[in-house]
Amino acid sequence: MAKSRFWLYFSSPKTFYPFSGKLIPWCVGVAAVLMAVGLYMGLLVTPPDYRMGDSYRIIYIHVPAVWMSMIIYMVMAGWAAVGLIWNVKLAEMMAGALAPTGAIFTVIGLWTGALWGRPTWGAYWVWDARLTTYLVMLFLYMGYIALRSAIDDPRRASKASALLAIVGGINVPIIYFSVKWWNTLHQPFTVAPGQESKIDPTMLWTMMIMVIAFWAYTLAVSLIRVRCDILEREKNSSWVAELLQGSSAGNKQ
Amino acid sequence: MIWSSWSEFIEMGGYAGFVWWSYGVTVVFMVGEVVLLSKRKRTIIQRLGRFIRADRSKRNAE
Amino acid sequence: MKARNKRLIFVIVGVAGLAVAAGLVLNALNSNVAFFFSPTEVKADKAPKDRTFRLGGMVVDKSLKREDDGLTVHFQVTDKLETMDVTFVGILPDLFQEGQGVVAQGKLGSNGVFMADEVLAKHDETYMPPEVQDAIEKGEKANMQKNVSTN
Repeated sequence: MAKSRFWLYFSSPKTFYPFSGKLIPWCVGVAAVLMAVGLYMGLLVTPPDYRMGDSYRIIYIHVPAVWMSMIIYMVMAGWAAVGLIWNVKLAEMMAGALAPTGAIFTVIGLWTGALWGRPTWGAYWVWDARLTTYLVMLFLYMGYIALRSAIDDPRRASKASALLAIVGGINVPIIYFSVKWWNTLHQPFTVAPGQESKIDPTMLWTMMIMVIAFWAYTLAVSLIRVRCDILEREKNSSWVAELLQGSSAGNKQ
Repeated sequence: MIWSSWSEFIEMGGYAGFVWWSYGVTVVFMVGEVVLLSKRKRTIIQRLGRFIRADRSKRNAE
Repeated sequence: MKARNKRLIFVIVGVAGLAVAAGLVLNALNSNVAFFFSPTEVKADKAPKDRTFRLGGMVVDKSLKREDDGLTVHFQVTDKLETMDVTFVGILPDLFQEGQGVVAQGKLGSNGVFMADEVLAKHDETYMPPEVQDAIEKGEKANMQKNVSTN
């Protein structure tokens, strides 16, 4: 079965470690370049909004951060499910490595949202369906991280926290559709599949550049984190010993 | 470039506080994550390197 | 049955069950999840009486009137079916504008006027430069004049 061997090849930490190490510099490069372009466009080139003036420039970090935090949650829950069902150690580690970055983006989303809400709506925070369900996601992230670190045995910690991640996954579509299902203070979709976007093309492009930059950033950071986790969990294996002996002999790690 | 002067850029059309606090905190969080992570990575590699060397010299001595 | 197939079924059934449960809960909560009531809902007595609630809709064009004290404002909120009078004492948010969305929190007075103690501007989902907005307005005006002349 060549196919299963192919997946086995990449799901083994021993082969994944050097492979991901080659991927990281590319992700870092893409993230750095696109972030520089996005910030330049967002702060210096794009025109102000006809109603919100220059306060709308928060969109260029608010929307990418919020999208990223929700996508990361779904991917994290997906890895957690793979780890739970097929008992793949690397999938468990990937899920755990994504959580801190997802939580950070959620905090950024809430923070920038508050600072945008004040000049736009007249309030930093309201308990409408969109904002409340999004806050729930922050608690899910924190619960997930806390549960993982509360259980000493990494396999058991992964199994227990995977259940929380999967169950909490229900919240993500609720966040997304909340502006459609209920009347909220938060405005409905500006950009959505199957609908003409209601944003000026230059603004849209700038936002999309930042979205891709945040993707690359997330990939880089989560890969670095999962490599740390791999080293810690596999520290007694011979390949780690060989790898680190090579690095202590002066080779580039 | 839509700004005619440096101070106009800083003022952000009167929304300086909101815009700069948003961007500033975002930068602090993201840079902070990268710095903490690379620190963690260095510590792990140093610690495991010491651990492996100690293990080897013990085995050599036996 | 293999252990991993058992786990797969367990997870799928669990998630499906949870989705159904979440759907039922959300359905039951539906009316309470609403951030505001529309004028139609208020006139149909769906909003709580003697208790604060939020009224949301569009500010009627040219309905904004300021009293001489500079703080008290009167305006009308509509959902294009029903219209309600609103009185508010305080400073309106920057983005408060006639023809735009608004959410007011307060109580319904006995005279049918909504006494607001907090007014929030509801932003729509469009983002564009001022020049585009000018062009659109000009286009609309030109269209209206054309319609008038052809009528």
